[in-house]
Amino acid sequence: MSRIQAAFARCKAERRPALVTYVMGGDPDLGGSKALALACVAGGADLLEIGVPFSDPIADGPTIQLAAERSLRHGTTPRDCLEVVKAVRARSDVPVALMGYLNPMLAAGFEAFAGEAAAAGADAFIIPDLLPEEAGELGEIAARHGLALVFLLAPTSTPARVAAAARAATGFLYFVSVTGVTGARAELPPDLTSRVAAVRAASPVPVVIGFGVSTPEQARLLGSLADGVVVGSAIVSRGAAPGSRSARAKRVKAFVASLARALRR
Amino acid sequence: MTPTLPDARGRFGDYGGRFVPETLVPALDELESAWRAARADPAFEAELGSLLTRFAGRETPLGEARRMSAELGGCRVLLKREDLCHTGAHKVNNTLGQVLLARRMGKTRIIAETGAGQHGVATATAAALFGLPCDVYMGALDVERQALNVFRMELLGARVIPVRSGSRTLKDAMNEALRDWVTNVEHTHYIIGSVAGPHPYPAMVRDFQSVIGTEARAQVLEVAGRLPDAVVACVGGGSNAMGIFSGFIADPAVRLVGVEAAGLGLDTGKHGAALARGTPGVLHGSRSYVLQDRNGQIIEAHSISAGLDYPGVGPELAWLKDQGRVELRQATDDEALEALTWLARLEGIIPALETAHAVHAARGLARELGPGGLLIVNVSGRGDKDVETVRKALAAKAPPKKRKRAGRPAGARRSKPSARRGGRRS
Repeated sequence: MSRIQAAFARCKAERRPALVTYVMGGDPDLGGSKALALACVAGGADLLEIGVPFSDPIADGPTIQLAAERSLRHGTTPRDCLEVVKAVRARSDVPVALMGYLNPMLAAGFEAFAGEAAAAGADAFIIPDLLPEEAGELGEIAARHGLALVFLLAPTSTPARVAAAARAATGFLYFVSVTGVTGARAELPPDLTSRVAAVRAASPVPVVIGFGVSTPEQARLLGSLADGVVVGSAIVSRGAAPGSRSARAKRVKAFVASLARALRR
Repeated sequence: MTPTLPDARGRFGDYGGRFVPETLVPALDELESAWRAARADPAFEAELGSLLTRFAGRETPLGEARRMSAELGGCRVLLKREDLCHTGAHKVNNTLGQVLLARRMGKTRIIAETGAGQHGVATATAAALFGLPCDVYMGALDVERQALNVFRMELLGARVIPVRSGSRTLKDAMNEALRDWVTNVEHTHYIIGSVAGPHPYPAMVRDFQSVIGTEARAQVLEVAGRLPDAVVACVGGGSNAMGIFSGFIADPAVRLVGVEAAGLGLDTGKHGAALARGTPGVLHGSRSYVLQDRNGQIIEAHSISAGLDYPGVGPELAWLKDQGRVELRQATDDEALEALTWLARLEGIIPALETAHAVHAARGLARELGPGGLLIVNVSGRGDKDVETVRKALAAKAPPKKRKRAGRPAGARRSKPSARRGGRRS
């Protein structure tokens, strides 16, 4: 059983959704992002996403755009982000997905990068600008290195596209809760329940919901619809607020713990 | 003549495709079917044709550049006058077509990105013509540099939204327009201004711009009785180039020459020559040549011409480059400036700074072709928008005026300050 499968199985046994947390690699700096990732683990995250920064993040709202800009200001590379994975893997078996846009991963050499990512202890790639129909060879390369390639589905996805993504899915599927970019939102769409149910019915792998989840209350609500819930921008903004490295980590750990508690209720 | 590429997945060889968030895919599918249906619909052709004639002022002339020809040793030079289109550039050919498609799809709002503002103005114009609300994303830096075009768009009823992220130029405006589209995709149509972006944009924009090449081909056969030896166009994203090239692509004897911005010089790193100096990568939804560092981060382009100040290029041009079908040349900022004033005085045409790059390269090519040669230059836009930029650039290049040094003998202080001042001016 893979680390991803084990994590979802454990959550299922505990009758709760998985908590998936996002931290940008290299933000505020490489060491700081390691501390934040470990704070997520300590706070009770079941799966980590480590962001790989890109200069032109078209699917991201202001919070994660700024995180990428900060990270790139000191030259963070995709390979630097593997150092964050290694730091997590040295202390924990929590599964780790590298989340980032296609171009930096292609520039790193996808085959070599996938090999290094697997050796560092990563479990999956999430690439928001890579559609199942364009994945082709990249999916084969990831699989050869034992890595899942996670596809995203959106409220606009047609039943045919949901079915195609489900057929190609490895690891888990990522359902984008809102028509829009990443970032906190006050409200979520009314027809979410039926859409997520349709994706879960078609999918052989667990389905997590993300984008726009910013409070423990929202996490609990959305988590009840799926196998897991992703919180990104709300964690990034807490990690980016002023303070020492340990103060930031403490703040993130406390917030992640509040999310974890909400999901266990 | 219908070009056979792209394939069903929007690929030109290894280039093109769709690298976008899933949320946009249904809208791209809808756009592709609306475009394919429109191409086959005589009513659409008639409506667009009528707009191009009665509103945009087509067809544009293929003018004889007599003094230019004489100056260059006798090669016959013909100018395709897209600068005479309504709004001052070829951009309107595409925005009219896309607004018609938006109406067919029932979209009620238009968005666009713009660099210098030409595509923004052309989009605002088409939106005004059909009473559609229009938001134009423009880098905050470009908003400052192109205040006149911002005001033109506002006069036309559009809202101009300054983009403060990243390099605050065209590429960031395109990022922000894509984010808006991801958010409002159900009722909004995004009019991309170049042959870039995810499929079907590169093929669709080329189709709307192919009117340039279709006209030019017929006109050159009429006035010269033969096909030209070469067709020259500037390349930023590549819409005017693909527009005119498409008319000659199936004629292997016609050389297609794309002219990129060399900015401060190709070896300075400050340029916009994605085809000449970029490497294959994925930007703004398609795979093509892009200016990027070794870690895959996009590098800011540089050109005196905002329309060529873009780190990517259309995927079909990438493919044509690899096939050896398109030849590449470059012009620096200084060469373009000089070519602009040169054409203005020789032919009574102030071209856009983008176009001036093509004019510069055409001079070299005309000399190479000699007296029997026949050359078409695509005059993609007029230079009115650039007058202020040109004025400042020429003033900065002018030799420093002699200072009055009252009460001090000339040369008494050959000190660092004056040397530094002089140095900055040169």
